[in-house]
Amino acid sequence: MLEIIDVSRRFGDFVALDKVSLHIQAGEFFTLLGPSGCGKTTLLRLIAGFDHVDEGEILLDGKSLTALTPEQRPVHTVFQNYALFPHMTVAENIAFPLRMAKTAKPVIDLMVREILEDVRLPDKANHYPNELSGGQKQRIAIARALVNRPRLLLLDEPLSALDAKLREQMQIELINLQKEVGITFVYVTHDQGEALALSHRIAVMNKGEISQIDEPSVLYSCPDNRFVADFIGQCNLLDATVISVGGRHLRIAINGLGELDVCPNPEIDFAEGDSCALTLRPEKIRLAATLTKEDDEVLFSGKVHDMLYLGDVTVYIIELASGVLIEAMLANDAPGRTRLFDTDDAVQIAWRTDAGHLVP
Amino acid sequence: MVKNSAYPSKALISAGTLVYLFLYLPLVVVVLFSFNDSKLNAEWVGFTWKWYEKLFQNGEILHAAANSLIIATISALLATVLGTLAGLAIHRFRQKWLSALVLGPIAMPDILIGVSLLLMFILFNVTLGMTSIILAHVSFCIGFVALAVQSRLSGMDQSLVEAARDLGALPTQAFRLVTLPLLKPGIIAGGMMAFTLSIDDFVITFFTAGVGSSTLPLEIYSMVKIAVTPEVNAVSTLLMLVTLIIITALSRISPMVLRQ
Amino acid sequence: MLFASFRYSGEYGGLAPWYYIEDGGFTLDLTLENWRRLFETEIYLSLLIKSLTYALLTTLICVLMAYPLALMIARSSKRYRDLLLLLVILPFWSNFLVRIYAWMIIFSPQGALTAALNVVTSALGLEPISLMFSSTAVITCLVYVHLPFMILPLYANLEKHDNRLLDAAQDLGANRFQCFWLITWPLSLPGIYAGAVLVFIPSLGIFAIPDLLGGTNGIMIGNVIKQQFVESRDWPFGSVLSLVLTAITLLLVLLAAKLGRPAGEDNGKK
Repeated sequence: MLEIIDVSRRFGDFVALDKVSLHIQAGEFFTLLGPSGCGKTTLLRLIAGFDHVDEGEILLDGKSLTALTPEQRPVHTVFQNYALFPHMTVAENIAFPLRMAKTAKPVIDLMVREILEDVRLPDKANHYPNELSGGQKQRIAIARALVNRPRLLLLDEPLSALDAKLREQMQIELINLQKEVGITFVYVTHDQGEALALSHRIAVMNKGEISQIDEPSVLYSCPDNRFVADFIGQCNLLDATVISVGGRHLRIAINGLGELDVCPNPEIDFAEGDSCALTLRPEKIRLAATLTKEDDEVLFSGKVHDMLYLGDVTVYIIELASGVLIEAMLANDAPGRTRLFDTDDAVQIAWRTDAGHLVP
Repeated sequence: MVKNSAYPSKALISAGTLVYLFLYLPLVVVVLFSFNDSKLNAEWVGFTWKWYEKLFQNGEILHAAANSLIIATISALLATVLGTLAGLAIHRFRQKWLSALVLGPIAMPDILIGVSLLLMFILFNVTLGMTSIILAHVSFCIGFVALAVQSRLSGMDQSLVEAARDLGALPTQAFRLVTLPLLKPGIIAGGMMAFTLSIDDFVITFFTAGVGSSTLPLEIYSMVKIAVTPEVNAVSTLLMLVTLIIITALSRISPMVLRQ
Repeated sequence: MLFASFRYSGEYGGLAPWYYIEDGGFTLDLTLENWRRLFETEIYLSLLIKSLTYALLTTLICVLMAYPLALMIARSSKRYRDLLLLLVILPFWSNFLVRIYAWMIIFSPQGALTAALNVVTSALGLEPISLMFSSTAVITCLVYVHLPFMILPLYANLEKHDNRLLDAAQDLGANRFQCFWLITWPLSLPGIYAGAVLVFIPSLGIFAIPDLLGGTNGIMIGNVIKQQFVESRDWPFGSVLSLVLTAITLLLVLLAAKLGRPAGEDNGKK
């Protein structure tokens, strides 16, 4: 439905976007995720029409957007700071796009009332934006952008100004709202947790390029590269060299860990001698004072180097005999006070050969 | 933590109060003596309105006051329009030289502006009189209006205009429906500031007035030069009153402007 | 918009220096003559130095008076700050001449202040003094007229100070005086520079105050410029003096911009 084809944007010497291509389906909740400066906001502004592309093409329903000004595009934006007009009431704010579209006055009144019901703020019509709370402003900003049913709704870090509790509540509301209206959402955020929770698909961006586009669960368990593995969730990244290929397993050598077997990455064919990295999520590592090595497992001994008590889980940094540090995680699910290990306790860790994921 | 150096100490408060006294005492003296029934501004004799009565019979002063009002009104209107445009231009083009050109004269001593305007009027054969005064006032007021408008603009969230465009407004509609209403307090404040500056100005008027026309400050100057009389106190008191009223109105509209 | 900006430059902006040159430049010899007059006639140079001294003294006194007030306002609770600030600006909105006139009354020979002072002087067996038409009168009035220009930028600066810095300093063992001298004062310098420009430059060019309060001894460079333009009608020489004043002004503005920039302080111009 929205096609972005080889889009580049440069500001002087700085390349904000470098030949970015992606395809967003109708009705999708699509997220652009990345650290600040990765180009996600630039891309959003290009889609909205606030900025022009240097190269490439943006198509909406097969028609090029590039020659259209922002007001001509059937695309509305929810701004990071809401951008509610301070001199207009809530109703006037919401009526604004309808007025611009020359909708008849009675119809406007009706639509404003309806959308205010939808965002559960029917009694705020005659308030001014500065009389609203952050969450209320947020809902009005979304209502204003949705009221004349754009083809596409762009959301630029809309929840970043809210506190953690309210943010979670708004996330649920956003998911439900999107399901209800069925409009395609393009969401920009730097918060990976938010992206995983909200999206149908996520494009992870880094330095003006797209690192990977996938569903949240695929991104988490099978990252395509080190950047994605590291950016999403906690991860042990271990540099490795491929020793031998063939058979069910690949044999790799990791500095300080020696040689061990891993499952191959079905997407990528590694050859002998290739350098790569093993990504290992902390929750996939078994940790105990003593462990029996199961089949298909590798086992190491070490001691607790550091620990972070996080309430539901504790993160342990395990120092192996060779000095390599591995992060492991244990749920504090036993009843009573749980303090399983202390610093310098001798422990063993183990993981299945298919627990890790090999990236180039 | 309670006894913190970030609160004003007693010494600081007394020093500050003394400075306030320094600021207000002279004006209190002026007002007080305007009701004093003595020709000398020396000691209190008794209460009287007679200096005010005399004032309203003084044709020259009334004429000068009328001139001042006409000049201030016309130059405030012109300066508001031009200053708003200048403020928008500064904001739009973000050129350093442009803002230096428009705002620079604010930092110049009045006498230099007066002298250079005088020279320019002579060069262009502009007859000195009401017209030259108005032109002069417009030119030094533009900077202040531009400053008020520009500071309002730079305080304005740029995404508001983008939001308007995004929601389907043409550039002209976005300007008319979003930018202009948000600028209005700045424009009005700038205009009122121009009015007070114009009605109060002495130095620049002094150089650009020529012989025929006089304004209230010029009239006060010549009165003061000759002799100190309570009539001047009366004019001054009235003038303060007028300014006070304008400032109060101004602070109602936009408290921020006063603090710029 | 372009129209406005152009019209503006046409009106005066860039013109000020232009005209002087053109004015004197019609006949080059004459220009030199005027310049020679400036440098050869001692009184103009000494007058310039005197004006600079007056302006400098004014600025210093302004700093001394403005600092406690600005600090007091900045440290007052938020509720009163606006009111206190308004009280600073209010007298400044009364007419310039009215404010000078107020001091003419206070310093007048029949005034209570002079009388009181002369009681003291006669008790000490000294000659009676007159405050009117003295440099004391001129400088007092210069300070009075320009004080808000120092208070406002200084306040704007002080108000932004992070109070936790003072807590930190105290915590690390500094006493109140050290807190002020080592933390508040150095941080407030940009505000002082900005205020100094706003006080120094107008005080330098002023002519009405010395005219009315200074008598014959108290005249400053502004009076001579005014004299050249209004009374002697010697415009080329008046232009030379104006040009000198412009040069000094520009120099000071540039200097202040350099000094004030690092802290990114806007100069709080009214």
